[in-house]
Amino acid sequence: MTQKKKTGTRKAPAGHTSHHEESFWSKYVFSTNHFVIALQYTITGVFMALIGGYMAYVFRMQLAFPGEAVPGFGIVGPGEYNNMVTNHGTIMIFWVAMPVLIAGFGNFCIPLMIGADDMVFPRLNRLSYQIFLLSCVVIIASQFVPGGGFGGAWTAYPPLSSEAGYSLTKWGQTLWLLGVALEFVAFLMGGINFITTTMNARVKGMKMYDIPIVVWFIVIASILFMLSVGPLIAGAVMLLLDQFHVTGFYNPALGGEPLLWQHLFWFFGHPEVYVVLLPAIGVCADIIPVFARKKLFAYKIVLWTAIATGALSFVVWAHHQFVAGIDPRMAHIFTVTTLLISIPIAEMVFVYIATLYGGSIEFKTPMLWALAFIAEFLIGGCTGIYLGSTGTDIYFHDTYFVVAHFHFTFVPISIIAVFAGITYWFPKASGRMLNETLGKIHFWGTVIPFTFMFLAMFPLGMAGQHRRTSDYTIFPELAGWQDWRVIITYCLLIMIAFQFVFFWNVIWSLKSGKKAEKNPWRANTLEWLVPNVPPHGNFTDGFPEVYRGPYEYSTPGRKEDYWPQNVPD
Amino acid sequence: MSKSKDIPGTTSYILFIVTAVICVVFAITAFYFVFPNRETWMVGLPQASSYAGDIDGLFGLITYLVGFWFVVSEVVFFYFIFRYRKKTPDQKAEYVTGEEHHQKQWITIPHILVIICDVALIFGTVYVWYKVKQDLPPAQATIRVTGQQWAWTFQHPGPDGQLDKGDDDIYLVDELHLKVDTVYHFKLESTDVLHSFSIPAFRIKQDSVPGRTITGWFEPTLVGEYDIQCAEMCGIGHGLMKGRVYVHAENEYSQWLKGENLSGATAAETSAVALGQVALERTSP
Repeated sequence: MTQKKKTGTRKAPAGHTSHHEESFWSKYVFSTNHFVIALQYTITGVFMALIGGYMAYVFRMQLAFPGEAVPGFGIVGPGEYNNMVTNHGTIMIFWVAMPVLIAGFGNFCIPLMIGADDMVFPRLNRLSYQIFLLSCVVIIASQFVPGGGFGGAWTAYPPLSSEAGYSLTKWGQTLWLLGVALEFVAFLMGGINFITTTMNARVKGMKMYDIPIVVWFIVIASILFMLSVGPLIAGAVMLLLDQFHVTGFYNPALGGEPLLWQHLFWFFGHPEVYVVLLPAIGVCADIIPVFARKKLFAYKIVLWTAIATGALSFVVWAHHQFVAGIDPRMAHIFTVTTLLISIPIAEMVFVYIATLYGGSIEFKTPMLWALAFIAEFLIGGCTGIYLGSTGTDIYFHDTYFVVAHFHFTFVPISIIAVFAGITYWFPKASGRMLNETLGKIHFWGTVIPFTFMFLAMFPLGMAGQHRRTSDYTIFPELAGWQDWRVIITYCLLIMIAFQFVFFWNVIWSLKSGKKAEKNPWRANTLEWLVPNVPPHGNFTDGFPEVYRGPYEYSTPGRKEDYWPQNVPD
Repeated sequence: MSKSKDIPGTTSYILFIVTAVICVVFAITAFYFVFPNRETWMVGLPQASSYAGDIDGLFGLITYLVGFWFVVSEVVFFYFIFRYRKKTPDQKAEYVTGEEHHQKQWITIPHILVIICDVALIFGTVYVWYKVKQDLPPAQATIRVTGQQWAWTFQHPGPDGQLDKGDDDIYLVDELHLKVDTVYHFKLESTDVLHSFSIPAFRIKQDSVPGRTITGWFEPTLVGEYDIQCAEMCGIGHGLMKGRVYVHAENEYSQWLKGENLSGATAAETSAVALGQVALERTSP
């Protein structure tokens, strides 16, 4: 291998100095290459999304046509319904948003964008995916044990989750808990890797303010995750012990306190929202300047708002518990902190809007997804105010208003931003361009039904429809809304149908798509320097040197409208 | 960039002060005109308790303040998308760093205006929360609500009007009877897992926690019957854990009381039901 222009104190990992021929197993299955691990995480995440989507299909069909057999499932009893709702939430957050956004994009972007040949701990990275895969097996297995999967909601409040006599899912609840805990272990390892790599393995010349926003945001998200997950792991161990009647941490009959779990869970659970939000919003921050040919507006403000959001996210958790039985005086503190967090988030949205000002916007598929993220996330953000405000939360807590609100945040995060990232980096990862027409059909076919589906849930919530009930027709006040539920279900079916366009697009493009250039979007960041389908070691032609920040588009006095980070002048 | 542009000019201060004043006026008018408007926003639901109107008024206040920013953001967003779309192949974008003071103002001014709206909103929400959850007006009657898998047991005071005094208390499953315009305290308990006592028409919701008695209040103001839902996942029968609240006029209430007293549902009878048999029977068609 030619001598690289590499500087810094880091030595290349031993495995990377010589490139011997590798077998299929060591190349694709047990590889320590960050790119292969990124693909594994992303593909596993998409696979889990299919399972989560199938669950949504099952319970939406039950809601629209209560009591009728659902094609591909059968009759949905109340137990199955709870199981579907619970595992849909759990899988979509922990097995879709987390692996794709943090682990998938993190493993792909971080080494390529900071100019490293791999993660600093490649074997830890390998182990992280291996444990993640095990956690997937465990959560899927929880569906097939006696009693069925856990049905106590994704928040798993005890005593329901700690006592098999109450939940009637003795094995399901334990496997659910173990699956979640294993998944956290996997992401802790990944997070350590992301933080260390970004801090220590940047190429020569890349200063802190030259790091692309998406890398920064994945690092901040990893820090948030590491700081918040500890209490939850402790809580999970206590819950596990409670499940086997060893202890009674959450059992009031033994002097325990059920609310303790809620505090531990939400102390993690709220930062978790930002753990998945930040990478998503970072992906958009990197895509919007490229297709608007504009410098990102106020890089430093973006970065510091993210840090402020992260810090604030640790003191808002009890807004999930306003009516849970906490001291009512405490609620005032948490409503103020919750409304405070709207300020950095609003500022971030203003920054993205300001970035568009004076641009030359090209509506390629990744840009459409990124713009849709901003438009839809605004709805989610604004409706959050109703829930963060104690007075209205008394009424809206656990209604469909909440469901609509967080799907307007989580779908933009884990569906829209993920598609933005996949369509943007697909040429680099595969060497082929995706088909633009199919991409746009898929985009509109996803975004329009999604918007109508969840907009329709706001009035349902306002009419007093609570979550996690398998049949609303038994409630006289809610029976009249059945048409709305049917429409929502049809929207979901349309949205699911259009996902096949995406899969067809990927398969077709991989086979016969247009060959991609090295830098098809004319972007500035370093990942576009490496050959398409990044080889082991990434920068095989020598390491670049960085001279400026990643968002120098349309700089005055230059012929080209972009200025890659590694080009001296 | 020329140096002079870095120094904030008088115009930008004036601009800032004018917009801030407009925003303060906007927030105050919202607080004084929108918030006291007690019309319901909750489609199809009556306002059947004394504080339902407060919560709906707060909803209106938030909709007004947040809705304004939402509409402004989306309109500017879509206008920029339309205005700055690439029209010609060689169209060049402007170079704006956003790092200079006069540029940052496009972010910092709206951000301070958002804070002003947040403050107005906090006043509203603190007022409503205090009234509904923190303040406890003197009780004219007290009931006990017990959640169990998967039914509600309601303990009503008997003819003596006192709960837990004598043996005339009336126990009913999934059926709550109230007298209109009476301040009720409820003692919320749970025998097994978490439940949440929710009457959407009253805008009241409170989780019940095993091992605790949580006291709250409401005052029904509208004669009629309304749904009671369980709002916290409590197991297989969670979706079937429905109740019904009957708000009676004064004379109807005393008639109901007389009738119940004659039929005499005793605590022993309802405790058999309390084991969840009612809910289970309901699940099997």
